[in-house]
Amino acid sequence: MQDYFSLFQLPEKFALQTASLESAYRGVQAQVHPDRFAHRSEAERRVAMQWATHANEAYRALRNPVERARYLLKRRGVEIDAERNTAMSHAFLMQQMAWREAVEESAGKADLLSRLEQDLQRDEGVMLDDLQHALDDSNDLAGSAELVRRLMFMEKLRSEIDDALALLDN
Amino acid sequence: MALLQLSEPGESTAPHQHRLAVGIDLGTTNSLVATVRHSIPECLPDEAGRRLLPSVVRYLKGGLTVVGVDALAAESTDPRNTIASVKRLMGRGPADTDPGMRARYDLTDAAGMVRINTVAGPRSPVEISSEILKVLRARAEETLGGDLVGAVITVPAYFDDAQRQATKDAARLAGLNVLRLLNEPTAAAIAYGLDEAAEGIYAVFDLGGGTFDFSVLRLSRGVFEVMATSGDSALGGDDFDEVLAQWLHKQAAGADLDCGANRALLSEARRVKEALTTEASVIARVPQLGGGVRTVDVTVETFQSLTRTLVERCLQPVKKALRDAALKVADIQAVVLVGGATRMPHVRAAVKAYFGREPFIDIDPDKVVAIGAAVQANVLAGNRRADEDWLLLDVIPLSLGLETMGGLVEKIVPRNATIPVAKAQEFTTFKDGQTAMSIHVVQGERELVSDCRSLARFELRDIPPMVAGAARIRVTFQIDADGLLSVSAREQGTGVESTVTVKPSYGLSDDEVANMLKAGFEHATDDMKARALREQKVDAERLIEATRQALAEDADLLSLAEAQRIDAAIAALATAREGTEHLVIKASIEALSAATADFAARRMDKAIRTALTGSRVDSL
Repeated sequence: MQDYFSLFQLPEKFALQTASLESAYRGVQAQVHPDRFAHRSEAERRVAMQWATHANEAYRALRNPVERARYLLKRRGVEIDAERNTAMSHAFLMQQMAWREAVEESAGKADLLSRLEQDLQRDEGVMLDDLQHALDDSNDLAGSAELVRRLMFMEKLRSEIDDALALLDN
Repeated sequence: MALLQLSEPGESTAPHQHRLAVGIDLGTTNSLVATVRHSIPECLPDEAGRRLLPSVVRYLKGGLTVVGVDALAAESTDPRNTIASVKRLMGRGPADTDPGMRARYDLTDAAGMVRINTVAGPRSPVEISSEILKVLRARAEETLGGDLVGAVITVPAYFDDAQRQATKDAARLAGLNVLRLLNEPTAAAIAYGLDEAAEGIYAVFDLGGGTFDFSVLRLSRGVFEVMATSGDSALGGDDFDEVLAQWLHKQAAGADLDCGANRALLSEARRVKEALTTEASVIARVPQLGGGVRTVDVTVETFQSLTRTLVERCLQPVKKALRDAALKVADIQAVVLVGGATRMPHVRAAVKAYFGREPFIDIDPDKVVAIGAAVQANVLAGNRRADEDWLLLDVIPLSLGLETMGGLVEKIVPRNATIPVAKAQEFTTFKDGQTAMSIHVVQGERELVSDCRSLARFELRDIPPMVAGAARIRVTFQIDADGLLSVSAREQGTGVESTVTVKPSYGLSDDEVANMLKAGFEHATDDMKARALREQKVDAERLIEATRQALAEDADLLSLAEAQRIDAAIAALATAREGTEHLVIKASIEALSAATADFAARRMDKAIRTALTGSRVDSL
């Protein structure tokens, strides 16, 4: 199977237009989707399913910026081992603790949680810009890896806030 | 009789090449069959002109069955043998059987799935559903004048793996080739989307007889992309009947009812519910034990306040799906209503209030699912017109997880992942020389295994013996385009393929289905046997022809030995085809298919690579 970027005929870069990814994905699925081969033999349908599965996986990975960065780093020989490697800067660790406290203090208050979520999103935006520079311009692998780990923490925190908001919704 | 059959403009296949395929909506209350004729999808009526087939099966002594309106008429006189709403039992084990169904029928808790004891013996929900499908298949084949190449069967989007598998098994028992299991709200979206050439984000609110689905789709340049789906597979119009029936019984202050009177009460409740769609009040005739009726006046207000909590229950999945799709109410361009239960004015009002706009009801909510399924079946059977270029990307409704230490669930495929989807996970042995292990797969969103639904236990065998922790077994969980799971495993170091045997937690095993098929065939008439022989001969012909053509085109993909094996299998099938034993022909077809499987896969891979390169040239 082809790597994700070649599959969609996109340049192997972090910077990516969502619209071109979407249209490339649809173009590939239009060629490989099992629905195009439903009347064919089982062996042929299986191959179509494998290609469609690959296209879905590639699309999922490239659509999410953090996943995309992890994939690019992996292609450049850097595996993000988020669980073991927690070597993050002291400042970021302090920031993490502050956010965690803020989430705990906002528990049960939808307006506070929403505001916190917006703050996180804004900070993530800045970090994503840095990540694009580190990956596409300076090829700073160690710096990119650190940014990816931070962003993974942010995503996790944001999904916790989402869950808390969902509970309040019901 | 028309002597000249004119082809529709833009229709690529000549009429005689048109492959007959149908869409079937196998509903809780009613079922339908639809097909595309002369480019127009339509639901097929029975000889009396009725399109809806009540999903009711009555078993008679000796094993004969009556399906549909005539079965429905016997509901209160022969309640134990007249099975309605069997969809509520599909893929359900003893622990999660609907209490209403348990009260109404004589159930036996058998391994995997419950059985209903009837005068004709115990019957599984799969067998009962297959009786409904057989009637629809016969209706289609008589109307269309030929054998069907396949069918698209719709299922609630929120059906889990066991419920989907049960539906597919029922179709197999009915002799239908399942082209695809299609989610009901997605089918409705196809019917609407293609009709209106729509673009944008659509929501489908589908309240049927026994299930509720809510899906959000993005329609863009012929692609139907399901963004999120959610629902409740035990909430539907039946529940409104049940609530009203209980209230009526209390109002009439009668003694406890027997089984027959209970069924009469339920069907009266349904009549009243339907009448209240247009009337402000209805006189209900509440059956009493030992005959006789008492009348109770039911106003629309009473009915609506009795069932308000049911309507509110529908809104939970709506919120969940919007959140999953990261959408707000304002992002939804239109809401489509599907399912007979959406005719209730307070359901419509609730949808309108939540979305702040009038919902779409242009296509009959009873028929829209079957229509969409027929359109999909037509394309999947290979009747796609040159100008018909659309694609469907659907999702799995529930997360897939594995049991880990302490009864916890590790999610491996999140809900709303676009299918087909696969996830590979590595496992290792914990004992020296260990050659087998068990993997427990569950479906659901909760953290504890006991709160999720058990799908299956997969036993991995033939792991090469090594010291503890040395084996690296890569297990791949594949969900196909029907939303069905399969599992394969390989030891990474040695490349040894492990055997995976599935013990489904619910449902029938492959052997059970095979036995039912065989038993059915033994009782078949000579007519049916002759037909099976004819079908096998046609299939044999087709396969030989296709294989020869493939060999002519791509012989370079084969080694000499492979080519010889295929030639031998063609010769064997050509001989078997001349005989009169359909099982012998079938076995030879399977042998040739097996001999050409790798070849077919290589050809397919080559074709796809060429197509993908071709699109690159186009885009430059």
